[in-house]
Amino acid sequence: MLNDLIWIPLLPLLGTLVPLFASRFSRSACAFLTAGLPALALVLVLQLAPQVFEGETVRQSFGWIPQMGLELAFRLDGLALLFTLLILGIGLLVVLYARYYLSEKDSMGKFYAYLILFMFAMLGVVMSDNLIQLWMFWELTSISSFLLISFWGHKTEARKGARMALTITGAGGLALLAGVLLIGNVVGSYSLHDVLASGDLIREHAAYPVILVLVLLGAFTKSAQFPFHFWLPHAMAAPTPVSAYLHSATMVKAGIFLMARMYPVLSGTELWFLIVSMTGLATLLLGAYVALFKHDLKGLLAYSTVSHLGLITLLLGMGTELAAVAALFHIINHATFKASLFMAAGIIDHESGSRDMRQLNGLWKYMPYTATLAMVAAAAMAGVPLLNGFLSKEMFFAETLHQDSLGSLSWMVPVFATLGGVFSVAYSLRFIHDVFFNGEPINLPKTPHEPPRYMRVPVEILVALCLLVGVLPTFVIGDLLYTASAATLQGAVPEYSLAIWHGFNFPLLMSFIALAGGIAVYVNRKELFQFQAQFPENDPKLVFEAIIQMIHKQITRFMELAENGSLQRYSYMMLSLAMVMMAKPLLDLNATAGHRPQIPVDAISITGAVLLAIGALATVIWNRQRMVALVALSVVGLIVSLMFAKFSAPDLALTQLAVEVVTVILLMLALFFLPQTTPKESSPKRVARDLGIAAVIGGVIGTISYAMMTRPLESISTFFLENSKTGGGGTNVVNVILVDFRGFDTLGEITVLGIAALGIFKLIARMRLYMPASDGDGRPWSKDSHPLMLSVVSQSLLPLALLVSAYIFLRGHNMPGGGFIAGLITSVAIIQQYIAHGVDWIKARMKLDYQLMIGSGITIAALTGLGSWFFDRPFLTSWFDHFHLPLVGEFELASAMLFDLGVYLTVVGATMLILANLGKLTTSERPVLKEHD
Amino acid sequence: MQHLAILPILIPLFTGALLLLPPFKDILNRQRGLALVSVTAQIIFAAMLLMTAATEGTQMYVLGDWQPPFGIVLVADRLSTMLVLLTSVLCAGALLYACAGQDKGGQYFHPLFMFQVMGINGAFLTGDIFNLFVFFEVLLIASYALLVHGGGKQKTQAAVHYVILNLIGSSLFLFGLGILYGTLGTLNIADMAIQVRHLGEAEAILAKAGGLLLLLVFGLKAALLPLHFWLPRTYSSASAPVAALFAIMTKVGIYSIFRVHTLIFGEEANLLADIALPWLWPMAMGTLAIGTLGVFASPTLRVMTANLVVISAGTLLIAAALQSEKATSAALYYMLHSTLVTGALFLIADLISRQRGKAEDRFVKSRAMAQPKLLGFAFVIAALAIIGLPPLSGFVGKVLIMRAAESTAEIIWIWPLILVSSLMGLVAISRAGTTLFWRVTTAPSSDDKAHPFEIAGIALLLAASPLLVIFGGFVTEFTADAAQQLHDLTQSVNALLPESTLHTGGDH
Repeated sequence: MLNDLIWIPLLPLLGTLVPLFASRFSRSACAFLTAGLPALALVLVLQLAPQVFEGETVRQSFGWIPQMGLELAFRLDGLALLFTLLILGIGLLVVLYARYYLSEKDSMGKFYAYLILFMFAMLGVVMSDNLIQLWMFWELTSISSFLLISFWGHKTEARKGARMALTITGAGGLALLAGVLLIGNVVGSYSLHDVLASGDLIREHAAYPVILVLVLLGAFTKSAQFPFHFWLPHAMAAPTPVSAYLHSATMVKAGIFLMARMYPVLSGTELWFLIVSMTGLATLLLGAYVALFKHDLKGLLAYSTVSHLGLITLLLGMGTELAAVAALFHIINHATFKASLFMAAGIIDHESGSRDMRQLNGLWKYMPYTATLAMVAAAAMAGVPLLNGFLSKEMFFAETLHQDSLGSLSWMVPVFATLGGVFSVAYSLRFIHDVFFNGEPINLPKTPHEPPRYMRVPVEILVALCLLVGVLPTFVIGDLLYTASAATLQGAVPEYSLAIWHGFNFPLLMSFIALAGGIAVYVNRKELFQFQAQFPENDPKLVFEAIIQMIHKQITRFMELAENGSLQRYSYMMLSLAMVMMAKPLLDLNATAGHRPQIPVDAISITGAVLLAIGALATVIWNRQRMVALVALSVVGLIVSLMFAKFSAPDLALTQLAVEVVTVILLMLALFFLPQTTPKESSPKRVARDLGIAAVIGGVIGTISYAMMTRPLESISTFFLENSKTGGGGTNVVNVILVDFRGFDTLGEITVLGIAALGIFKLIARMRLYMPASDGDGRPWSKDSHPLMLSVVSQSLLPLALLVSAYIFLRGHNMPGGGFIAGLITSVAIIQQYIAHGVDWIKARMKLDYQLMIGSGITIAALTGLGSWFFDRPFLTSWFDHFHLPLVGEFELASAMLFDLGVYLTVVGATMLILANLGKLTTSERPVLKEHD
Repeated sequence: MQHLAILPILIPLFTGALLLLPPFKDILNRQRGLALVSVTAQIIFAAMLLMTAATEGTQMYVLGDWQPPFGIVLVADRLSTMLVLLTSVLCAGALLYACAGQDKGGQYFHPLFMFQVMGINGAFLTGDIFNLFVFFEVLLIASYALLVHGGGKQKTQAAVHYVILNLIGSSLFLFGLGILYGTLGTLNIADMAIQVRHLGEAEAILAKAGGLLLLLVFGLKAALLPLHFWLPRTYSSASAPVAALFAIMTKVGIYSIFRVHTLIFGEEANLLADIALPWLWPMAMGTLAIGTLGVFASPTLRVMTANLVVISAGTLLIAAALQSEKATSAALYYMLHSTLVTGALFLIADLISRQRGKAEDRFVKSRAMAQPKLLGFAFVIAALAIIGLPPLSGFVGKVLIMRAAESTAEIIWIWPLILVSSLMGLVAISRAGTTLFWRVTTAPSSDDKAHPFEIAGIALLLAASPLLVIFGGFVTEFTADAAQQLHDLTQSVNALLPESTLHTGGDH
């Protein structure tokens, strides 16, 4: 089972959990346990390696989310093999190294967990056989590297560096996503197998330039290519093992990997050559030049990494097959020597307390063994013969000579390449000479000494590899390089020779020029440093941060303008939008009036309409005098009630009337707490604007209503008229609609009423309102709040009112009435008692729990609906029948009456909960917030 | 279970009413017990309903036995049952969190919470447009009350804005309904879909005004630019469990747009085909853009989360504007993801805010949190998911939506917008996270540890994100079927109106 390809990434994924548990043991045990699963994964890779060497591509896939073209698909070909070996091999060495590097204060479990998570993500990238999956792991590397770089999150530079890395690589990742999706659109599949076979299709597609740029944006940002290179040096805020891992063999190589992976699909065009090779060349030169001036050991190595990545990119960009081979070769070599150099730098930092080359001098005396290792690795970086760096650089120089894509300017490429070589030698020399020789250390925090034995082991292994590859290239690396090249090119691998000696030729000459030039530059570095000092040094981290800050500021300013918290503005926007949305279609309506015969106009209707208009206008005109406005508004309500009555809807008229009464009382109660007049808040301009909108909306609604009412309509209401008596058992259609046809709506509406009451109670329970002692003109309120006359009259009215409401309730199904109106009438009667007698008086005499009434009202109504379940009918199916009792005569019983009782109770409960409690606010009986336990 | 389809409405209704009565009245622990039992039952029945809808086809529940188009029907198809289940899960998470103590900040928390859920479920299930209005009122009025839960001037002020804007919205809703009833003569959504095809030219124009008004009202709920301005402030000032529950509220608006403007005013609506699209396109893209800017400018984590809700609304509305099966399927997946994750993020923000003392959740230097590891982990999961970075659910949703854009014009508009929005979200959230967790001055105070219920609530919601990816194949298959069902008009109309031939309406 372990032969499955999927275990190779899966084991490290499981391995992320190991350190979290193992961190309770000793540090060595923790490191050892952490290394276990990745080591096992390495064994699996090695087991599969022979198959791959034979030219086979091991693949395995599982279905996952077909809708997005994502499948869990892995492949192990030569290229993937090369990278898995680097990732797992160097990863394991870093685990060992970090065991000694991390201090007691650092959380080892967390560190290892992030590290192995990153390893998992990298393995996923290189082994993906599906582009969406590749992208998924790609982003996962960005995220896990963010966690690693910001491992010391309390340091501001770690936070900023990590954020910058995340932003740049994240941006590239998103571009890559777009690129990948476009490739999918072109090819019709995200499977690498299909994509790699569709090179011509993609290159000839109109979208090719876009795809190319998007994919390259992903690759360049990840691999720190100019002009996106600046994040990498600042990612050095990470602990050194992280740098050794991420910035030598893995993270930054992911971009290179992507270019190699997509090489058969995207390369071979003029555009590819121009973008990739020019970017590579610029990066190569810039990185090499800047590296020389860095005083920080890791800074130097970081820029050197940038430069070497540029070199590999340049090779890939050249588009020749040999150049691709050279690129792969340099990937291996750079990974080995750069990882060892970072580790050496970490040792120096760890044992001397500084990474500043102005302080670090003459360490040879203190740590000769480490110094030797570092010097060999640095020599490999410089491209000194007999070391691996020399070989691949030689191939690189040879390739620069063989390209001619720049036409008559092609000679510049080898020249610039050699120039890059010169600086590369110079900074390698500086690394060696400044640190290990060049006098005595200056003000080091610690006296330097050799590191613990096993901290050196990883460096030793890597340096040994540098030497072995340098001396016996074919034997050590030949097969791997060959299969990797075959997989990258997806075709025949060109003839190449890994020999150390190719005779006297141009590449060798270039190597020598680079060596000699490098020494010359280093010797004359003082002048160069002085020249460089003329440029103002700006920290990209700060520049980047400043840019983000500026964007933040601008956006904040804009958002403050847009979201200014003004309710008027928001309502204005909504109403204007409503106006446009309604008015625009009307522009196409030719004839407003329809063909329906119109009812003759009578004097009553006209009077009503005029009163309505006056009422509405008066409300607007006197809107700042609240009481007047309220009275004017009630005129509107009254006329509407009358209109309902006129158009044969007495139920609605009654309801509307009752609602009017209750709401006006409610509003008057609320007005008591408010000033009599509102301040003048709107400027004349705004008043004009608002009037305009109101007029247009009114006009539009009026037009629509007129157009609608003058047209005939065939609607479902005929059905209600026909079935009210036979199906619903009532002749009052409105009531039958309310409690039967659309009883479910009513159930919802009484719930709304109940909730509203609860909500208002909830709100006022917390309120402490200012209670005016006088009216608007300063006259004190009357001391006699409960006049005798009122008390007596209202007391005698109560039974009468209750009787009326019972009557209204009972006759509801056939005549105007019903639970809703009855409830409102009862409420009015009770409110009257409150007004007449005051809260204290009522409280002693009426034990009404309004909350209980709401709860039971809703429950009764809902239970009535539930009752039909026992007859195997849907919710709220009604039942009615006629009975005969002596004396009483024939009468009807209907399930709707029980439902109506629920409505009645809820209405009474809800209106009273609101009114009584709002009223109580004025007395000593204000509701108290019940804080539970 | 012939009554299964109505249970998601009845269970919270009865629970809410019972909570007002003895023996639950005023005794918080009993209320919590009942509420939790009720929510568990809701999840179980919602899941059963979903299974039934998936295996046996759309379930229609005819209330009062009045056959459509005359009576009210509930329609439990894949789309509505999926959203009901989503609501139940979200509400379980929010309720668990609230039971740790936030339900004490005022009266009637549990009944109101239940009524709100009832309203949301009702809005998803109903097949009648007036009934939709009623359930909108139920959920709105409950949300008004819940918004002031916990007290404070800020909440009251935000609530006033929210209430007034929504009252205007409700009036416009009624206008729209009146116009549509006045032209189509029916309220059953499927029947309206039939009637709309027979409209004469003049009536069609009137109905268009009504249809657009509905778009506006749904847009207000969905937080569509320029109607979204109330959202950041309202959501960020609500107490945490309420804000978490509100994460589904914008989705009710979006759902209604999908339902009404695909079914009634969809491709086959003759003169009124796709009337929403010319409006939806610019507004949806603007919503995504302004949400992104809002995220970038947010001074606190809660405001940021609220703006993330705006972003998710914009993304969903873009999918709605694409008006294709594929896009709808993608939107449904994204809806599941964004609802649960933003809900979780509101809860996390609350814990962070409590543990940071006076600085609350503002992005400034402050004292360290008492449980940085736990909260950091939760924050990272939620942040990755909501920005849309792998391996969590957001990236699946975003990729699905991007893939749904097929024509070059669509790609040119949508892809850059979504990608840039993701990038800015990434920058903003990484800044927020590093500041909240790492820019610390003093030692934490240890007495503010999260209650196990709170952690459970967050865990429940967050767990959905990886699960949505792991079982992504299964989920997307379901959403694809749901989308197919929604867009297949003949199928949905026939399912709702078996006797639709009887009532063809005819020419007006």
